[in-house]
Amino acid sequence: MKVLVAVKRVIDYNVKVRVKADNTDVDLANVKMAMNPFCEIAVEEAVRLKEKGVATEIVVVSIGPKVAQEQIRTSLALGADRGILVETEEKLESLAVAKILKAIVEKEQPQLVILGKQSIDNDNNQTGQMLGALTGMPQGTFASEVVVEGDKVNVTREIDSGLRTVGLTLPAIVTSDLRLNEPRYASLPNIMKAKRKPLEVVSTGDLGVEIKSTQTLVKVTPPAERSAGIKVASVDELVEKLKNEAKVL
Amino acid sequence: MSTLVIAEHDNASINAATLNTVAAAKAIGGDIDLLVAGLDCGAAAEAAAKIDGVNKVLVADDAAYQYQLAEVMGDLVAELGKGYSHILAPATTTGKDFLPRAAALLDVNMLSEIISVVSADTFTRPIYAGNAIATVQSSDAIKVVTVRATGFDAVAAEGGSAAVESVSTVADKGVSAFVGEELAKSDRPELTAASIVISGGRGMQNGENFEMLYKLADKLGAAVGASRAAVDAGFVPNDMQVGQTGKIVAPDLYVAVGISGAIQHLAGMKDSKVIVAINKDEEAPIFQVADYGLVADLFEAIPELDSKL
Ligand SMILES: Cc1cc2nc3c(=O)[nH]c(=O)nc-3n(C[C@H](O)[C@H](O)[C@H](O)COP(=O)(O)OP(=O)(O)OC[C@H]3O[C@@H](n4cnc5c(N)ncnc54)[C@H](O)[C@@H]3O)c2cc1C
Ligand SMILES: Nc1ncnc2c1ncn2[C@@H]1O[C@H](COP(=O)(O)O)[C@@H](O)[C@H]1O
Repeated sequence: MKVLVAVKRVIDYNVKVRVKADNTDVDLANVKMAMNPFCEIAVEEAVRLKEKGVATEIVVVSIGPKVAQEQIRTSLALGADRGILVETEEKLESLAVAKILKAIVEKEQPQLVILGKQSIDNDNNQTGQMLGALTGMPQGTFASEVVVEGDKVNVTREIDSGLRTVGLTLPAIVTSDLRLNEPRYASLPNIMKAKRKPLEVVSTGDLGVEIKSTQTLVKVTPPAERSAGIKVASVDELVEKLKNEAKVL
Repeated sequence: MSTLVIAEHDNASINAATLNTVAAAKAIGGDIDLLVAGLDCGAAAEAAAKIDGVNKVLVADDAAYQYQLAEVMGDLVAELGKGYSHILAPATTTGKDFLPRAAALLDVNMLSEIISVVSADTFTRPIYAGNAIATVQSSDAIKVVTVRATGFDAVAAEGGSAAVESVSTVADKGVSAFVGEELAKSDRPELTAASIVISGGRGMQNGENFEMLYKLADKLGAAVGASRAAVDAGFVPNDMQVGQTGKIVAPDLYVAVGISGAIQHLAGMKDSKVIVAINKDEEAPIFQVADYGLVADLFEAIPELDSKL
Protein backbone atom coordinates (compact mmCIF):
# COMPACT_ATOMS: atom_id res chain seq x y z
CA MET A 1 0.00 0.00 0.00
CA LYS A 2 1.29 3.41 -0.95
CA VAL A 3 0.97 6.19 1.63
CA LEU A 4 1.12 9.88 0.77
CA VAL A 5 2.01 12.34 3.53
CA ALA A 6 1.60 16.12 3.22
CA VAL A 7 4.08 18.17 5.21
CA LYS A 8 4.18 21.94 5.66
CA ARG A 9 7.02 24.28 6.53
CA VAL A 10 5.94 26.61 9.32
CA ILE A 11 7.34 28.71 12.14
CA ASP A 12 8.96 26.61 14.88
CA TYR A 13 6.42 25.95 17.61
CA ASN A 14 8.72 27.33 20.30
CA VAL A 15 8.86 30.77 18.68
CA LYS A 16 6.45 33.44 19.84
CA VAL A 17 5.64 35.31 16.67
CA ARG A 18 5.45 39.11 16.57
CA VAL A 19 3.14 41.29 14.57
CA LYS A 20 4.82 43.76 12.20
CA ALA A 21 4.72 47.40 13.25
CA ASP A 22 2.70 48.33 10.14
CA ASN A 23 0.09 45.63 10.93
CA THR A 24 0.36 44.05 7.49
CA ASP A 25 1.29 40.58 8.77
CA VAL A 26 3.44 38.78 11.31
CA ASP A 27 7.20 39.19 11.11
CA LEU A 28 8.84 36.01 9.87
CA ALA A 29 12.22 37.55 9.00
CA ASN A 30 15.03 35.51 10.59
CA VAL A 31 12.55 33.35 12.45
CA LYS A 32 13.34 29.67 12.95
CA MET A 33 11.23 27.47 10.65
CA ALA A 34 10.45 23.78 11.00
CA MET A 35 8.06 21.04 10.00
CA ASN A 36 4.53 21.59 11.31
CA PRO A 37 4.38 19.38 14.45
CA PHE A 38 1.21 17.61 13.29
CA CYS A 39 2.94 16.78 9.98
CA GLU A 40 5.81 15.21 11.89
CA ILE A 41 3.25 12.98 13.60
CA ALA A 42 1.78 12.17 10.17
CA VAL A 43 5.19 11.12 8.81
CA GLU A 44 5.87 9.01 11.91
CA GLU A 45 2.55 7.19 11.48
CA ALA A 46 3.38 6.38 7.87
CA VAL A 47 6.80 5.06 8.89
CA ARG A 48 5.23 2.87 11.57
CA LEU A 49 2.77 1.49 9.01
CA LYS A 50 5.74 0.61 6.83
CA GLU A 51 7.54 -1.03 9.73
CA LYS A 52 4.42 -3.12 10.36
CA GLY A 53 4.45 -4.22 6.74
CA VAL A 54 1.21 -2.40 5.95
CA ALA A 55 2.72 0.40 3.88
CA THR A 56 5.11 -0.42 1.06
CA GLU A 57 6.08 3.08 -0.08
CA ILE A 58 5.89 6.48 1.58
CA VAL A 59 5.77 9.56 -0.63
CA VAL A 60 6.06 12.96 1.04
CA VAL A 61 4.76 16.12 -0.58
CA SER A 62 5.21 19.72 0.44
CA ILE A 63 3.87 22.82 -1.25
CA GLY A 64 5.93 25.91 -0.67
CA PRO A 65 9.18 27.75 -1.41
CA LYS A 66 12.41 26.05 -2.45
CA VAL A 67 13.60 25.90 1.18
CA ALA A 68 10.66 23.61 2.02
CA GLN A 69 13.01 20.93 0.64
CA GLU A 70 14.47 20.95 4.17
CA GLN A 71 11.22 19.60 5.60
CA ILE A 72 11.01 16.98 2.85
CA ARG A 73 14.60 15.90 3.59
CA THR A 74 13.71 15.66 7.26
CA SER A 75 10.79 13.39 6.35
CA LEU A 76 13.08 11.25 4.20
CA ALA A 77 15.49 10.97 7.12
CA LEU A 78 12.62 9.81 9.31
CA GLY A 79 11.86 6.98 6.89
CA ALA A 80 9.89 8.28 3.91
CA ASP A 81 11.05 6.93 0.54
CA ARG A 82 10.59 9.75 -1.91
CA GLY A 83 9.70 13.44 -1.92
CA ILE A 84 7.80 15.87 -4.12
CA LEU A 85 8.12 19.62 -3.76
CA VAL A 86 5.42 21.66 -5.45
CA GLU A 87 7.43 24.85 -5.61
CA THR A 88 5.62 28.14 -5.24
CA GLU A 89 6.39 31.45 -3.59
CA GLU A 90 2.70 32.26 -3.20
CA LYS A 91 0.97 32.05 0.16
CA LEU A 92 -1.79 29.60 -0.61
CA GLU A 93 -5.22 29.25 0.93
CA SER A 94 -6.39 25.80 2.00
CA LEU A 95 -8.62 25.16 -1.01
CA ALA A 96 -5.67 25.77 -3.34
CA VAL A 97 -3.48 23.45 -1.27
CA ALA A 98 -6.21 20.80 -1.40
CA LYS A 99 -6.50 21.16 -5.19
CA ILE A 100 -2.76 20.73 -5.61
CA LEU A 101 -2.80 17.69 -3.32
CA LYS A 102 -5.68 16.27 -5.34
CA ALA A 103 -3.53 16.48 -8.48
CA ILE A 104 -0.74 14.64 -6.65
CA VAL A 105 -3.22 12.02 -5.43
CA GLU A 106 -4.41 11.43 -9.00
CA LYS A 107 -0.84 10.93 -10.14
CA GLU A 108 0.35 8.80 -7.23
CA GLN A 109 -2.83 6.85 -6.45
CA PRO A 110 -2.10 6.31 -2.73
CA GLN A 111 -4.37 4.12 -0.62
CA LEU A 112 -3.90 6.34 2.40
CA VAL A 113 -3.18 10.06 2.63
CA ILE A 114 -2.01 11.32 6.01
CA LEU A 115 -2.00 15.04 6.85
CA GLY A 116 -1.66 17.02 10.05
CA LYS A 117 -4.93 18.12 11.60
CA GLN A 118 -3.86 21.75 11.67
CA SER A 119 -1.07 24.09 10.60
CA ILE A 120 0.22 25.96 13.63
CA ASP A 121 0.65 29.17 11.61
CA ASN A 122 -2.79 29.78 10.06
CA ASP A 123 -4.56 27.41 12.51
CA ASN A 124 -6.95 26.48 9.67
CA ASN A 125 -7.67 22.80 10.25
CA GLN A 126 -9.19 22.50 6.76
CA THR A 127 -6.91 20.93 4.16
CA GLY A 128 -7.44 17.22 4.86
CA GLN A 129 -11.20 17.59 4.92
CA MET A 130 -11.16 19.64 1.69
CA LEU A 131 -8.99 17.04 -0.01
CA GLY A 132 -11.51 14.44 1.12
CA ALA A 133 -14.34 16.31 -0.54
CA LEU A 134 -12.40 16.93 -3.77
CA THR A 135 -11.31 13.31 -4.15
CA GLY A 136 -14.48 11.75 -2.73
CA MET A 137 -12.40 9.94 -0.12
CA PRO A 138 -13.71 9.40 3.40
CA GLN A 139 -11.80 10.96 6.28
CA GLY A 140 -10.72 10.20 9.81
CA THR A 141 -9.77 13.55 11.29
CA PHE A 142 -8.00 14.26 14.62
CA ALA A 143 -6.75 10.68 14.72
CA SER A 144 -5.29 9.08 17.82
CA GLU A 145 -5.21 5.55 16.39
CA VAL A 146 -5.07 4.15 12.86
CA VAL A 147 -5.61 0.45 12.16
CA VAL A 148 -5.54 -0.81 8.56
CA GLU A 149 -7.31 -4.10 7.89
CA GLY A 150 -7.69 -5.29 4.32
CA ASP A 151 -9.42 -2.62 2.27
CA LYS A 152 -10.61 -0.74 5.37
CA VAL A 153 -9.07 1.53 7.95
CA ASN A 154 -10.43 2.12 11.43
CA VAL A 155 -9.59 5.55 12.77
CA THR A 156 -10.10 6.55 16.40
CA ARG A 157 -10.72 10.27 16.60
CA GLU A 158 -10.30 12.75 19.44
CA ILE A 159 -13.61 14.57 19.72
CA ASP A 160 -14.95 17.12 22.20
CA SER A 161 -16.83 14.49 24.18
CA GLY A 162 -14.16 11.76 24.14
CA LEU A 163 -13.12 9.27 21.48
CA ARG A 164 -14.98 8.01 18.44
CA THR A 165 -13.96 5.30 16.00
CA VAL A 166 -15.01 5.38 12.37
CA GLY A 167 -14.49 2.70 9.73
CA LEU A 168 -13.44 3.97 6.30
CA THR A 169 -13.15 2.30 2.92
CA LEU A 170 -9.71 2.77 1.33
CA PRO A 171 -8.49 4.95 -0.23
CA ALA A 172 -8.98 7.28 2.71
CA ILE A 173 -7.66 10.38 4.43
CA VAL A 174 -6.35 10.60 7.97
CA THR A 175 -5.43 13.79 9.83
CA SER A 176 -3.20 13.39 12.87
CA ASP A 177 -3.86 14.61 16.38
CA LEU A 178 -1.26 14.92 19.15
CA ARG A 179 -1.75 11.49 20.69
CA LEU A 180 -1.39 9.47 17.46
CA ASN A 181 2.27 8.77 18.21
CA GLU A 182 5.47 10.32 19.47
CA PRO A 183 7.71 11.09 16.50
CA ARG A 184 11.25 9.72 16.55
CA TYR A 185 14.39 11.74 15.94
CA ALA A 186 16.32 11.17 12.76
CA SER A 187 19.66 9.43 13.26
CA LEU A 188 22.80 10.83 11.65
CA PRO A 189 23.21 7.87 9.24
CA ASN A 190 19.58 8.28 8.19
CA ILE A 191 20.08 12.00 7.62
CA MET A 192 23.02 11.14 5.36
CA LYS A 193 21.00 8.48 3.53
CA ALA A 194 18.10 10.91 3.04
CA LYS A 195 20.33 13.15 0.94
CA ARG A 196 20.40 10.47 -1.75
CA LYS A 197 16.68 9.71 -1.77
CA PRO A 198 14.74 11.06 -4.78
CA LEU A 199 13.17 14.52 -4.49
CA GLU A 200 11.21 15.73 -7.49
CA VAL A 201 10.41 19.44 -7.92
CA VAL A 202 7.29 20.41 -9.87
CA SER A 203 5.30 23.61 -10.38
CA THR A 204 1.59 24.17 -9.98
CA GLY A 205 1.49 24.72 -13.74
CA ASP A 206 3.01 21.25 -14.32
CA LEU A 207 0.13 19.83 -12.32
CA GLY A 208 -2.43 21.82 -14.27
CA VAL A 209 -3.86 23.42 -11.15
CA GLU A 210 -5.15 26.94 -11.37
CA ILE A 211 -4.56 28.91 -8.20
CA LYS A 212 -7.07 31.51 -7.20
CA SER A 213 -7.04 33.55 -4.01
CA THR A 214 -10.30 34.62 -2.40
CA GLN A 215 -9.15 35.88 0.98
CA THR A 216 -7.47 39.21 1.62
CA LEU A 217 -5.50 39.82 4.77
CA VAL A 218 -6.77 43.29 5.66
CA LYS A 219 -4.60 43.63 8.73
CA VAL A 220 -2.92 41.73 11.52
CA THR A 221 -2.92 43.05 15.06
CA PRO A 222 -1.48 41.80 18.33
CA PRO A 223 -4.03 40.23 20.70
CA ALA A 224 -5.33 42.27 23.62
CA GLU A 225 -2.68 42.37 26.32
CA ARG A 226 -3.69 41.31 29.80
CA SER A 227 -2.82 43.92 32.38
CA ALA A 228 -0.18 42.71 34.79
CA GLY A 229 -1.54 40.94 37.84
CA ILE A 230 -0.19 40.55 41.33
CA LYS A 231 1.39 37.80 43.38
CA VAL A 232 -0.49 36.86 46.51
CA ALA A 233 1.46 35.69 49.54
CA SER A 234 -0.92 33.05 50.85
CA VAL A 235 -4.01 31.00 50.16
CA ASP A 236 -5.90 33.28 52.56
CA GLU A 237 -4.99 36.34 50.54
CA LEU A 238 -5.99 34.54 47.31
CA VAL A 239 -9.42 33.66 48.69
CA GLU A 240 -9.90 37.21 49.99
CA LYS A 241 -8.99 38.74 46.58
CA LEU A 242 -11.21 36.35 44.64
CA LYS A 243 -14.14 37.08 46.95
CA ASN A 244 -13.81 40.82 47.46
CA GLU A 245 -11.75 42.23 44.58
CA ALA A 246 -12.47 39.98 41.60
CA LYS A 247 -15.86 38.93 42.99
CA VAL A 248 -15.75 35.57 41.23
CA LEU A 249 -16.37 33.37 44.28
CA MET B 1 -28.43 38.01 2.48
CA SER B 2 -29.25 34.84 4.41
CA THR B 3 -27.33 32.52 6.67
CA LEU B 4 -27.57 28.78 7.18
CA VAL B 5 -26.40 27.79 10.65
CA ILE B 6 -25.66 24.12 11.22
CA ALA B 7 -26.92 23.21 14.68
CA GLU B 8 -24.87 20.99 16.94
CA HIS B 9 -27.12 18.64 18.88
CA ASP B 10 -27.50 15.13 20.28
CA ASN B 11 -30.89 14.54 18.58
CA ALA B 12 -32.66 15.51 21.81
CA SER B 13 -31.26 18.93 22.67
CA ILE B 14 -29.21 21.72 21.16
CA ASN B 15 -25.56 22.15 22.14
CA ALA B 16 -24.85 25.57 23.68
CA ALA B 17 -22.23 26.48 21.05
CA THR B 18 -25.07 26.68 18.52
CA LEU B 19 -26.42 29.74 20.38
CA ASN B 20 -23.10 31.56 20.03
CA THR B 21 -23.05 30.66 16.35
CA VAL B 22 -26.54 32.12 15.86
CA ALA B 23 -25.20 35.26 17.58
CA ALA B 24 -22.49 35.49 14.93
CA ALA B 25 -25.14 35.05 12.22
CA LYS B 26 -27.11 37.91 13.77
CA ALA B 27 -24.03 40.12 13.67
CA ILE B 28 -23.76 39.39 9.94
CA GLY B 29 -27.42 40.30 9.38
CA GLY B 30 -30.14 38.86 7.16
CA ASP B 31 -32.41 35.84 7.62
CA ILE B 32 -31.13 32.95 9.71
CA ASP B 33 -32.11 29.34 8.99
CA LEU B 34 -30.96 26.47 11.15
CA LEU B 35 -30.21 22.96 9.94
CA VAL B 36 -30.77 20.06 12.31
CA ALA B 37 -29.46 16.85 10.76
CA GLY B 38 -29.76 13.65 12.77
CA LEU B 39 -31.90 10.63 13.46
CA ASP B 40 -35.12 10.93 15.45
CA CYS B 41 -34.08 14.50 16.06
CA GLY B 42 -37.57 15.96 16.39
CA ALA B 43 -36.94 17.16 19.92
CA ALA B 44 -33.75 18.92 18.87
CA ALA B 45 -35.59 20.53 15.97
CA GLU B 46 -38.32 21.78 18.30
CA ALA B 47 -35.71 23.26 20.61
CA ALA B 48 -34.02 24.85 17.61
CA ALA B 49 -37.28 26.51 16.57
CA LYS B 50 -37.38 28.36 19.90
CA ILE B 51 -33.94 29.93 19.53
CA ASP B 52 -34.12 33.69 19.36
CA GLY B 53 -33.68 35.14 15.87
CA VAL B 54 -34.19 31.95 13.86
CA ASN B 55 -36.39 32.24 10.80
CA LYS B 56 -36.75 28.61 9.76
CA VAL B 57 -35.53 25.22 10.94
CA LEU B 58 -34.60 22.65 8.29
CA VAL B 59 -34.72 19.08 9.54
CA ALA B 60 -32.91 16.22 7.86
CA ASP B 61 -34.06 13.22 9.86
CA ASP B 62 -32.49 10.08 8.48
CA ALA B 63 -30.35 7.14 9.59
CA ALA B 64 -27.59 8.54 7.38
CA TYR B 65 -27.20 11.48 9.76
CA GLN B 66 -27.37 9.59 13.05
CA TYR B 67 -23.69 10.15 13.80
CA GLN B 68 -23.29 13.26 11.65
CA LEU B 69 -20.34 11.75 9.82
CA ALA B 70 -18.36 14.27 7.81
CA GLU B 71 -18.94 12.63 4.42
CA VAL B 72 -22.74 12.76 4.50
CA MET B 73 -22.87 16.04 6.40
CA GLY B 74 -20.49 17.66 3.90
CA ASP B 75 -22.71 16.58 1.00
CA LEU B 76 -25.90 17.72 2.72
CA VAL B 77 -24.57 21.10 3.79
CA ALA B 78 -23.10 21.80 0.34
CA GLU B 79 -26.44 20.91 -1.24
CA LEU B 80 -28.62 22.94 1.11
CA GLY B 81 -26.13 25.78 1.47
CA LYS B 82 -26.16 26.72 -2.21
CA GLY B 83 -28.88 29.31 -1.84
CA TYR B 84 -27.31 31.14 1.10
CA SER B 85 -24.77 33.94 1.34
CA HIS B 86 -23.25 32.49 4.55
CA ILE B 87 -22.92 29.03 6.09
CA LEU B 88 -21.91 28.89 9.75
CA ALA B 89 -21.16 26.08 12.16
CA PRO B 90 -19.76 26.03 15.69
CA ALA B 91 -15.99 25.44 15.82
CA THR B 92 -16.43 22.13 17.63
CA THR B 93 -14.84 18.87 16.57
CA THR B 94 -18.06 18.14 14.64
CA GLY B 95 -18.17 21.48 12.80
CA LYS B 96 -14.44 21.37 12.05
CA ASP B 97 -14.87 17.87 10.63
CA PHE B 98 -17.62 18.43 8.05
CA LEU B 99 -17.62 22.14 7.18
CA PRO B 100 -14.35 22.24 5.19
CA ARG B 101 -15.77 19.38 3.09
CA ALA B 102 -18.87 21.42 2.33
CA ALA B 103 -16.75 24.46 1.44
CA ALA B 104 -14.60 22.46 -0.99
CA LEU B 105 -17.70 20.96 -2.63
CA LEU B 106 -18.99 24.51 -3.14
CA ASP B 107 -15.55 25.48 -4.52
CA VAL B 108 -15.04 28.19 -1.91
CA ASN B 109 -12.50 28.81 0.82
CA MET B 110 -13.36 28.76 4.47
CA LEU B 111 -12.66 30.87 7.55
CA SER B 112 -11.96 28.93 10.74
CA GLU B 113 -12.81 30.04 14.26
CA ILE B 114 -13.88 33.64 13.73
CA ILE B 115 -14.07 35.71 16.92
CA SER B 116 -15.81 38.78 15.51
CA VAL B 117 -17.80 40.00 12.54
CA VAL B 118 -16.49 43.26 11.04
CA SER B 119 -18.94 43.26 8.13
CA ALA B 120 -20.77 40.71 6.01
CA ASP B 121 -17.54 39.77 4.21
CA THR B 122 -14.90 40.62 6.80
CA PHE B 123 -14.12 38.75 9.99
CA THR B 124 -11.40 38.47 12.62
CA ARG B 125 -9.78 35.25 13.69
CA PRO B 126 -6.77 34.28 15.78
CA ILE B 127 -3.71 32.88 14.02
CA TYR B 128 -0.34 31.61 15.33
CA ALA B 129 -1.87 30.19 18.52
CA GLY B 130 -3.60 33.46 19.24
CA ASN B 131 -0.40 35.51 19.10
CA ALA B 132 -1.91 37.55 16.28
CA ILE B 133 -5.42 38.46 15.24
CA ALA B 134 -6.06 38.52 11.49
CA THR B 135 -8.76 40.60 9.86
CA VAL B 136 -9.71 38.71 6.71
CA GLN B 137 -11.97 39.76 3.85
CA SER B 138 -13.51 37.04 1.72
CA SER B 139 -14.58 37.46 -1.90
CA ASP B 140 -16.17 34.01 -2.06
CA ALA B 141 -19.79 33.92 -3.25
CA ILE B 142 -20.71 31.91 -0.17
CA LYS B 143 -18.87 32.62 3.06
CA VAL B 144 -18.27 29.38 4.93
CA VAL B 145 -17.24 29.97 8.51
CA THR B 146 -16.74 28.18 11.82
CA VAL B 147 -17.46 30.28 14.89
CA ARG B 148 -15.46 30.26 18.12
CA ALA B 149 -18.07 30.27 20.87
CA THR B 150 -16.05 32.48 23.23
CA GLY B 151 -16.13 35.32 20.69
CA PHE B 152 -19.91 35.80 20.78
CA ASP B 153 -22.45 36.11 23.59
CA ALA B 154 -25.07 33.39 23.22
CA VAL B 155 -28.54 34.35 21.96
CA ALA B 156 -31.53 33.32 24.07
CA ALA B 157 -32.50 29.65 23.75
CA GLU B 158 -36.17 30.56 24.17
CA GLY B 159 -38.53 33.11 22.72
CA GLY B 160 -38.44 32.31 19.02
CA SER B 161 -41.09 30.50 17.02
CA ALA B 162 -39.51 29.44 13.75
CA ALA B 163 -41.22 27.27 11.19
CA VAL B 164 -39.95 23.68 10.98
CA GLU B 165 -39.56 22.14 7.55
CA SER B 166 -38.20 18.77 6.59
CA VAL B 167 -35.72 18.48 3.77
CA SER B 168 -35.12 15.60 1.43
CA THR B 169 -31.93 13.79 2.17
CA VAL B 170 -28.79 13.12 0.21
CA ALA B 171 -27.75 9.55 -0.54
CA ASP B 172 -25.10 8.03 1.71
CA LYS B 173 -22.20 6.81 -0.45
CA GLY B 174 -21.36 4.23 2.18
CA VAL B 175 -17.62 4.92 2.39
CA SER B 176 -17.61 5.64 6.12
CA ALA B 177 -19.35 4.13 9.11
CA PHE B 178 -19.61 4.65 12.82
CA VAL B 179 -17.79 1.91 14.74
CA GLY B 180 -17.85 2.94 18.38
CA GLU B 181 -17.46 5.65 20.95
CA GLU B 182 -15.90 6.13 24.35
CA LEU B 183 -17.56 9.17 25.81
CA ALA B 184 -16.44 11.02 28.89
CA LYS B 185 -18.91 10.70 31.72
CA SER B 186 -19.03 13.50 34.20
CA ASP B 187 -21.60 15.28 36.32
CA ARG B 188 -19.52 18.42 36.23
CA PRO B 189 -20.38 21.25 33.86
CA GLU B 190 -19.01 21.09 30.33
CA LEU B 191 -15.58 22.71 30.02
CA THR B 192 -16.59 25.22 27.39
CA ALA B 193 -19.79 26.22 29.20
CA ALA B 194 -18.54 26.43 32.82
CA SER B 195 -18.13 29.76 34.58
CA ILE B 196 -15.24 28.39 36.60
CA VAL B 197 -12.55 26.10 35.21
CA ILE B 198 -9.78 24.48 37.25
CA SER B 199 -7.02 22.95 35.14
CA GLY B 200 -4.13 20.73 36.13
CA GLY B 201 -0.82 20.22 34.36
CA ARG B 202 2.20 18.01 34.54
CA GLY B 203 2.78 19.30 38.06
CA MET B 204 -0.16 17.14 39.20
CA GLN B 205 2.16 14.11 38.77
CA ASN B 206 -0.57 11.50 38.17
CA GLY B 207 -4.24 10.89 37.57
CA GLU B 208 -5.07 10.14 41.20
CA ASN B 209 -3.92 13.58 42.26
CA PHE B 210 -6.54 15.11 39.95
CA GLU B 211 -9.06 13.99 42.61
CA MET B 212 -7.98 17.08 44.56
CA LEU B 213 -9.09 19.25 41.65
CA TYR B 214 -12.37 17.35 41.16
CA LYS B 215 -13.18 17.81 44.85
CA LEU B 216 -12.49 21.52 44.67
CA ALA B 217 -14.41 21.82 41.40
CA ASP B 218 -17.49 20.14 42.87
CA LYS B 219 -17.47 22.64 45.69
CA LEU B 220 -17.41 25.53 43.22
CA GLY B 221 -19.58 24.07 40.48
CA ALA B 222 -16.53 24.19 38.24
CA ALA B 223 -15.33 22.13 35.29
CA VAL B 224 -11.88 20.52 35.28
CA GLY B 225 -9.44 20.93 32.40
CA ALA B 226 -5.84 19.99 31.72
CA SER B 227 -2.72 20.86 29.78
CA ARG B 228 -1.52 18.75 26.90
CA ALA B 229 1.27 17.38 29.06
CA ALA B 230 -1.27 16.03 31.57
CA VAL B 231 -3.27 14.39 28.76
CA ASP B 232 -0.20 12.98 27.00
CA ALA B 233 0.99 11.48 30.28
CA GLY B 234 -2.37 9.72 30.60
CA PHE B 235 -3.43 11.52 33.83
CA VAL B 236 -6.75 12.53 32.22
CA PRO B 237 -8.60 11.93 28.92
CA ASN B 238 -8.15 14.03 25.77
CA ASP B 239 -11.49 15.81 26.04
CA MET B 240 -10.05 17.78 28.97
CA GLN B 241 -7.25 19.44 27.00
CA VAL B 242 -7.37 23.22 26.92
CA GLY B 243 -5.30 25.06 24.32
CA GLN B 244 -4.49 25.91 20.72
CA THR B 245 -5.29 22.40 19.63
CA GLY B 246 -7.72 21.47 22.37
CA LYS B 247 -10.69 23.34 23.80
CA ILE B 248 -10.98 27.11 23.96
CA VAL B 249 -12.42 28.39 27.22
CA ALA B 250 -13.13 31.87 28.59
CA PRO B 251 -14.76 31.41 32.00
CA ASP B 252 -15.16 34.05 34.70
CA LEU B 253 -12.43 32.29 36.66
CA TYR B 254 -9.65 30.04 35.36
CA VAL B 255 -7.34 28.38 37.87
CA ALA B 256 -4.13 26.90 36.41
CA VAL B 257 -2.53 24.41 38.77
CA GLY B 258 0.96 23.06 38.03
CA ILE B 259 0.83 24.41 34.47
CA SER B 260 3.85 26.29 33.11
CA GLY B 261 1.97 28.46 30.61
CA ALA B 262 3.26 27.45 27.17
CA ILE B 263 1.87 29.59 24.33
CA GLN B 264 -0.20 26.65 23.12
CA HIS B 265 -1.92 26.41 26.50
CA LEU B 266 -2.41 30.18 26.82
CA ALA B 267 -4.11 30.15 23.41
CA GLY B 268 -6.97 28.23 24.96
CA MET B 269 -7.57 30.24 28.13
CA LYS B 270 -6.12 33.71 28.02
CA ASP B 271 -9.47 35.36 27.35
CA SER B 272 -10.75 34.18 30.74
CA LYS B 273 -11.97 37.07 32.90
CA VAL B 274 -9.85 36.27 35.95
CA ILE B 275 -6.84 33.98 35.85
CA VAL B 276 -5.25 32.40 38.92
CA ALA B 277 -1.97 30.51 38.69
CA ILE B 278 -0.62 28.18 41.32
CA ASN B 279 2.91 27.10 40.53
CA LYS B 280 6.01 26.45 42.59
CA ASP B 281 8.29 28.09 40.03
CA GLU B 282 8.03 31.86 40.33
CA GLU B 283 9.52 32.25 36.85
CA ALA B 284 6.77 30.17 35.18
CA PRO B 285 5.35 32.08 32.18
CA ILE B 286 1.79 31.45 33.38
CA PHE B 287 2.34 34.23 35.94
CA GLN B 288 2.63 36.75 33.07
CA VAL B 289 -1.06 36.31 32.26
CA ALA B 290 -2.32 35.62 35.80
CA ASP B 291 -4.31 38.23 37.70
CA TYR B 292 -3.44 36.45 40.92
CA GLY B 293 -0.36 34.32 41.20
CA LEU B 294 0.47 32.08 44.11
CA VAL B 295 3.99 30.71 44.22
CA ALA B 296 3.47 27.53 46.20
CA ASP B 297 3.59 23.76 46.16
CA LEU B 298 0.22 22.74 44.81
CA PHE B 299 0.09 19.73 47.13
CA GLU B 300 -0.09 22.16 50.03
CA ALA B 301 -2.01 25.00 48.38
CA ILE B 302 -4.90 22.98 46.90
CA PRO B 303 -5.94 21.18 50.12
CA GLU B 304 -5.65 24.50 51.98
CA LEU B 305 -7.77 26.28 49.37
CA ASP B 306 -10.32 23.48 49.57
CA SER B 307 -10.53 23.82 53.36
CA LYS B 308 -11.04 27.58 53.17
CA LEU B 309 -13.89 27.64 50.67
C1 LIG C 1 1.55 21.41 17.97
C2 LIG C 1 1.41 21.58 19.45
C3 LIG C 1 0.17 21.77 19.98
C4 LIG C 1 0.01 21.92 21.36
N1 LIG C 1 -1.25 22.13 21.85
C5 LIG C 1 -1.40 22.29 23.19
C6 LIG C 1 -2.68 22.53 23.76
O1 LIG C 1 -3.71 22.59 23.06
N2 LIG C 1 -2.78 22.68 25.11
C7 LIG C 1 -1.68 22.61 25.94
O2 LIG C 1 -1.82 22.74 27.17
N3 LIG C 1 -0.46 22.39 25.42
C8 LIG C 1 -0.30 22.21 24.07
N4 LIG C 1 0.96 21.95 23.58
C9 LIG C 1 2.06 21.66 24.54
C10 LIG C 1 2.74 22.87 25.15
O3 LIG C 1 3.76 23.32 24.29
C11 LIG C 1 3.37 22.48 26.52
O4 LIG C 1 4.27 21.43 26.32
C12 LIG C 1 2.34 22.05 27.56
O5 LIG C 1 1.30 23.00 27.64
C13 LIG C 1 3.02 21.91 28.92
O6 LIG C 1 2.13 21.42 29.89
P1 LIG C 1 2.36 21.73 31.44
O7 LIG C 1 2.37 23.19 31.65
O8 LIG C 1 1.37 20.92 32.19
O9 LIG C 1 3.78 21.05 31.70
P2 LIG C 1 5.17 21.73 32.04
O10 LIG C 1 5.55 22.72 31.03
O11 LIG C 1 6.10 20.60 32.32
O12 LIG C 1 4.89 22.52 33.38
C14 LIG C 1 4.61 21.93 34.61
C15 LIG C 1 4.57 23.04 35.62
O13 LIG C 1 4.18 22.51 36.89
C16 LIG C 1 4.93 23.17 37.89
N5 LIG C 1 4.97 22.29 39.05
C17 LIG C 1 5.55 21.07 39.15
N6 LIG C 1 5.35 20.55 40.36
C18 LIG C 1 4.61 21.44 41.06
C19 LIG C 1 4.12 21.48 42.40
N7 LIG C 1 4.31 20.46 43.25
N8 LIG C 1 3.44 22.57 42.79
C20 LIG C 1 3.24 23.62 41.95
N9 LIG C 1 3.69 23.63 40.68
C21 LIG C 1 4.38 22.55 40.24
C22 LIG C 1 6.28 23.42 37.28
O14 LIG C 1 6.92 24.52 37.93
C23 LIG C 1 5.91 23.74 35.83
O15 LIG C 1 5.74 25.13 35.63
C24 LIG C 1 1.13 21.84 22.21
C25 LIG C 1 2.41 21.65 21.65
C26 LIG C 1 2.55 21.52 20.30
C27 LIG C 1 3.91 21.32 19.73
N1 LIG D 1 1.63 24.05 1.92
C1 LIG D 1 1.39 22.79 2.32
N2 LIG D 1 2.16 21.78 1.90
C2 LIG D 1 1.94 20.50 2.29
N3 LIG D 1 0.95 20.16 3.13
C3 LIG D 1 0.15 21.13 3.60
C4 LIG D 1 0.31 22.49 3.22
N4 LIG D 1 -0.64 23.23 3.85
C5 LIG D 1 -1.37 22.35 4.59
N5 LIG D 1 -0.89 21.10 4.43
C6 LIG D 1 -1.37 19.86 5.10
O1 LIG D 1 -2.66 20.08 5.67
C7 LIG D 1 -2.60 19.97 7.09
C8 LIG D 1 -3.61 20.90 7.73
O2 LIG D 1 -3.32 22.23 7.38
P1 LIG D 1 -4.32 23.45 7.55
O3 LIG D 1 -5.59 23.07 6.89
O4 LIG D 1 -3.60 24.58 6.89
O5 LIG D 1 -4.46 23.68 9.02
C9 LIG D 1 -1.14 20.20 7.43
O6 LIG D 1 -0.79 19.61 8.67
C10 LIG D 1 -0.45 19.51 6.25
O7 LIG D 1 -0.45 18.10 6.42
